[in-house]
Amino acid sequence: MELMSQLGDGFAVALTWQNLALALMGCFLGTIMGALPGLGPSNGVAILIPLAFTLGLGATPSLILLTSVYYGAMYGGRISSILLNIPGDEPAMMTCLDGYPMAQQGRAGEALALSGVASFVGAFFATWGLVLLAPQLVKVALLFGPAEYFALFALAFATLGGISSTNQAKSAFAAALGLGLAMIGVDTQTGVPRFTFGEVHLYDGIDFLVAIVGLFALSEVFIFLEHRGTERDISNRPKMEIGRIIPSWSLIRSCIPTMGRTTVLGFIAGVLPGAGASLGSFISYSMEKRLVDRKKTFGTGDPRGVAAPEAGNNAAAGGALVPMLALGVPGSGTTAVLLAVLLALNITPGPLLFTQNPDVVWGLIAALFIGNVMLLAMNIPMVGLFTRVLLVPPRILMPIVAMISFVGIYGISGSSFDLMVMVGFGVMGWVLRKLDVPLVPIILGTLLGNEMEVNFRRAVNIADGDYSVLVSSPLTIILWTVAIIGFILPILVGGVVRRRMRMAKDVEGSTVD
Amino acid sequence: MSDRIFGGIGLVLAIIFAWQASIIQESFLSDAVGPKMFPYIIAAVMAAASIYFLAKPDPAPDWPSTGHLAEIGLAALVMFAYALLLPELGFVIATSVAAAYLTWRLGSRPVQSIVIGVATSVGIYVIFRLVLGLSLARGPLGF
Repeated sequence: MELMSQLGDGFAVALTWQNLALALMGCFLGTIMGALPGLGPSNGVAILIPLAFTLGLGATPSLILLTSVYYGAMYGGRISSILLNIPGDEPAMMTCLDGYPMAQQGRAGEALALSGVASFVGAFFATWGLVLLAPQLVKVALLFGPAEYFALFALAFATLGGISSTNQAKSAFAAALGLGLAMIGVDTQTGVPRFTFGEVHLYDGIDFLVAIVGLFALSEVFIFLEHRGTERDISNRPKMEIGRIIPSWSLIRSCIPTMGRTTVLGFIAGVLPGAGASLGSFISYSMEKRLVDRKKTFGTGDPRGVAAPEAGNNAAAGGALVPMLALGVPGSGTTAVLLAVLLALNITPGPLLFTQNPDVVWGLIAALFIGNVMLLAMNIPMVGLFTRVLLVPPRILMPIVAMISFVGIYGISGSSFDLMVMVGFGVMGWVLRKLDVPLVPIILGTLLGNEMEVNFRRAVNIADGDYSVLVSSPLTIILWTVAIIGFILPILVGGVVRRRMRMAKDVEGSTVD
Repeated sequence: MSDRIFGGIGLVLAIIFAWQASIIQESFLSDAVGPKMFPYIIAAVMAAASIYFLAKPDPAPDWPSTGHLAEIGLAALVMFAYALLLPELGFVIATSVAAAYLTWRLGSRPVQSIVIGVATSVGIYVIFRLVLGLSLARGPLGF
């Protein structure tokens, strides 16, 4: 079994004291960030990327730290859903439906523990799915030439808005904005400066980390400033009794079939472009409701209603890593941020990653397994600790978030100019969020812009300036067809899906998954 | 209405982008596509999306009141000032002031804000500078 030996090598990489300590730290920080309303996985990872760099960590340790944060945040999102009826991040919103009623009945501890187990099951089996599926996808990806890659990038942008996207024109605008930002700087192929307005600082282009931290973390601070003193202020909500924190075996056993089904469903939703964790948990919940809710207990504190979305969203989180690692094209916001990590480390994800840097890939996968076990161990007995973090009011927390963002960016470049650009991005992020323009395509655009252009130009150059090469092979035609369908489908059915999701749960201030 | 204004700005942005692309100085060593083509495509997508906003705007979001808008503007200004003054004042002083301002505006009482600001700043300094050894801005006082 070649796969097992590679996985074994991965464990050898991951099982050093330093990496274990980083995984532990990442899981811990991630859970806290996931639990805090307003700080989702994308923000959490975004703030920590610059720090991982300035600490001088190598590729594998940085990745281990940041993916642990990612998985941790997916676990943590449920805590505030259950205790406060506020999703800690968007994928956790379905958990409110049955989690909060359970908490009101004094069964908060049970709900937390059960959702912890469900998260573990979802994430654990999704990681196995990643191990099995990613190498297969790599084999397909090796057939890709520049024209196919160009089509693939287009597909990623077309489907990023997701099936529930409100306005595809806004996704397209965001993507164009991101791509446009990526064009700033010296052209990599001919060496001429573009869009620099003679400003020397811009010759290197805009560092995507500056854009990410500004758009995600700082705009969040502005949102809090905006909502302060209005009814959307979340700092004053009642406290909850936790109750027993060890779930009974019979409770878990009653949820096993639910967890099994939703794990598979969530994983598929994660792998598919344009779905992501939010949709994973939504589909999981609705399917379970339809399948097993004979006594109409869903929505009133049914444990299966807690297990289903949690297994679903954590499985989707694992599934979303498949296209990110194998193709270099992320399917969701947080994996886009993780892609930023790889690019900043000078690692190009995609099929070559598996042959050139197997230690990175398998070390990462092994770290995911380890992180999962740690998260389970951390989340059951220590859940009380995390609930206490929720008591830190935003007025103290948000300045800390802002200041740590500044520290991270300043640590990389040591330049005031970058900090000012970051503040600019923060303001822009706030305005765009008000206008319902998604931020993830902007990030993805700044990340992939240059790579996309390189593939576009390479394909046409090889064909001696013949643009029809972009749609000549069967593979490109398939990719373009999927891209077009993925872009148009939400316009046709998006309204229906969105209405159902809104009916299920009215969510405020949601961020990207 | 908001979307219409946004569409207008977007359209102007797309035109400026296309114009800036058209004046890119091409070198004599260029490929068949050149450095202008891809920016043109981007400008076209941006313009198309902007025209859509002009034609079919979404309902306007509920913009915050003038007071809250000023609040956000001031916070952004403070952050700009922070970015400018960080190398002059040094990390601890600049961060204390900025963090105190933010926590004050987010609802801490004045005296409390100063304590929180200083504590945030010193806390970050201890963790990131003394424990993790990151290089933070040094002011005239060396911290």
